[in-house]
Amino acid sequence: MAEAVRDLIGLRLPGAAASARPPRMATDKLSAMYGKFTAVKGVTLAFAPNQVHALIGPSGCGKSTFLRTLNRMHEITEGGWVTGRVLLDGEEIYGPRVSAMALRRRVGMVFQRPTVFPTMSIFGNVAAGLKVDRRTHRGTLEERVEQALRQAALWDEVKDRLHKSATALSGGQQQRLCIARALAPAPDVVLLDEPTSALDPIATQRIEELAYQLKRDYTIIIVTHNMQQAARISDTTSFFYMGTLVESGTTRQIFTNPADPQTEAYITGRFG
Amino acid sequence: MNRREVRRFKSRVMTAAVMACVVLAVLPLILILGTLIMRGASSLSLAFFTKMPVPAGESGGGVLNAIVGTLLMVGTASLIGVPLGIASGIYAAEYPGSRLTWVVRFVADVLNGTPSIVIGVFAWTWIVATQKHFSGFAGAAALAILMVPMVMRTTEEMIKLVPHSLREAALALGYPRWRTTLQVVLMTGLPGIVTGTLLAVARVAGETAPLLFTALGSQYLVTRLREPMSALPLTVFSYATGPFEEWHRYAWAAALVLILLVFVLNIVARVVTTRASVSHG
Repeated sequence: MAEAVRDLIGLRLPGAAASARPPRMATDKLSAMYGKFTAVKGVTLAFAPNQVHALIGPSGCGKSTFLRTLNRMHEITEGGWVTGRVLLDGEEIYGPRVSAMALRRRVGMVFQRPTVFPTMSIFGNVAAGLKVDRRTHRGTLEERVEQALRQAALWDEVKDRLHKSATALSGGQQQRLCIARALAPAPDVVLLDEPTSALDPIATQRIEELAYQLKRDYTIIIVTHNMQQAARISDTTSFFYMGTLVESGTTRQIFTNPADPQTEAYITGRFG
Repeated sequence: MNRREVRRFKSRVMTAAVMACVVLAVLPLILILGTLIMRGASSLSLAFFTKMPVPAGESGGGVLNAIVGTLLMVGTASLIGVPLGIASGIYAAEYPGSRLTWVVRFVADVLNGTPSIVIGVFAWTWIVATQKHFSGFAGAAALAILMVPMVMRTTEEMIKLVPHSLREAALALGYPRWRTTLQVVLMTGLPGIVTGTLLAVARVAGETAPLLFTALGSQYLVTRLREPMSALPLTVFSYATGPFEEWHRYAWAAALVLILLVFVLNIVARVVTTRASVSHG
């Protein structure tokens, strides 16, 4: 078991020794910079499909920046650039022929705070990501919106007011709406950037349950500063510190038997 | 007096001083409105809005030509000025660091502070003098030049108020940048932009100086922009400076109509803003 997991964590490049489950996403010596400042230093990491992967570490450790390199959102930040490689299903996402827009439809993202579009209805928010994709046909729009809202466990709460403004929803509902919006275009990977940091405990619990359920259909990568959260919902955990990846492994191993003293210090609450 | 009484006394004195300032600030507006209504309201009738001016000495008649002229010129000016202003405002907000933005913003600020009569002279030089005739279009062009910097700065400010997180959310959904700007950022800032635009329209509707040597004024009902055209501010100007008592009353009434027009535009702007903010929760 442990070895199988280590195989999953270890980087798999295309053409490398065949593994039963090649990683959905992988990074290879990935560094992310803001101008001259290096926020992420040479991270090599792989994410197996249909699992929840947690990225933990103290504030400013580079975990959010790392997450944003996975859907090329880092490069829209002023001065943001990367070196190294990021692979989605073995395909280089920073390749010259790859469209960042098309990539972001395959790698969805949910932010710290709910970011519903205030001018759009609940339906319009979920449909927003579908409308930019010309492959979507109108006839399927309603079905896909409903499906996304069901997946985000929001359907029953909003089905009677789909065409009302989305800003009337509570914070937790808004965040689940953002998850539905990210799920609607049927991405392969969903990135969650501290999705519960602005929510109360009950709303947080619902999002956590959701992340756990969603792994059947998606690969989830979640940044969290909440170690209990990582322990509760993730299959693998990676600990970042000062821009480097200190340790990565199964969540159980990281939390019960960390190999690195820094990891141990962090998870036992001695700093952070 | 103990300290508490001293504090209360100071508070009362300062409150009174501030209230006096408020009264002083509002007083001119009340006086203007009061005078206008007192002197102008009696001449207002349906005929004033629907009839053409009559020769001096005759009674009756109205300022239909001026109302039509104002609507036509302000409408044309808006058609030119609003898209230009909104487009340059979007540019300035989207590329805040570019050199062109710095130049455009500087020009807009200078233009905003330029006396409107200077804009009128400019329009005279480049449109009236080259075409060798006064025209409603020259007036509209002068008003458009006045509108652009106002609309541009409002658009820029409103777009800057849209949270960056919304822009990121749209980009993360795979929106191209132009779509993010138009469908998410611009739409979110739209109520403010509409308000600013309506205020700019109201402001230029009352401009007299730029029209004096561009649209010139006309006694006839003109609907072609190539010809000299009347406008409410011009009517006020010519009637008020004329020798007849009847004209003076018409000037007051025309001024009242103009103020009402501006007033209505302001109210519409307010309604748009509050409606939008209410529906957004």
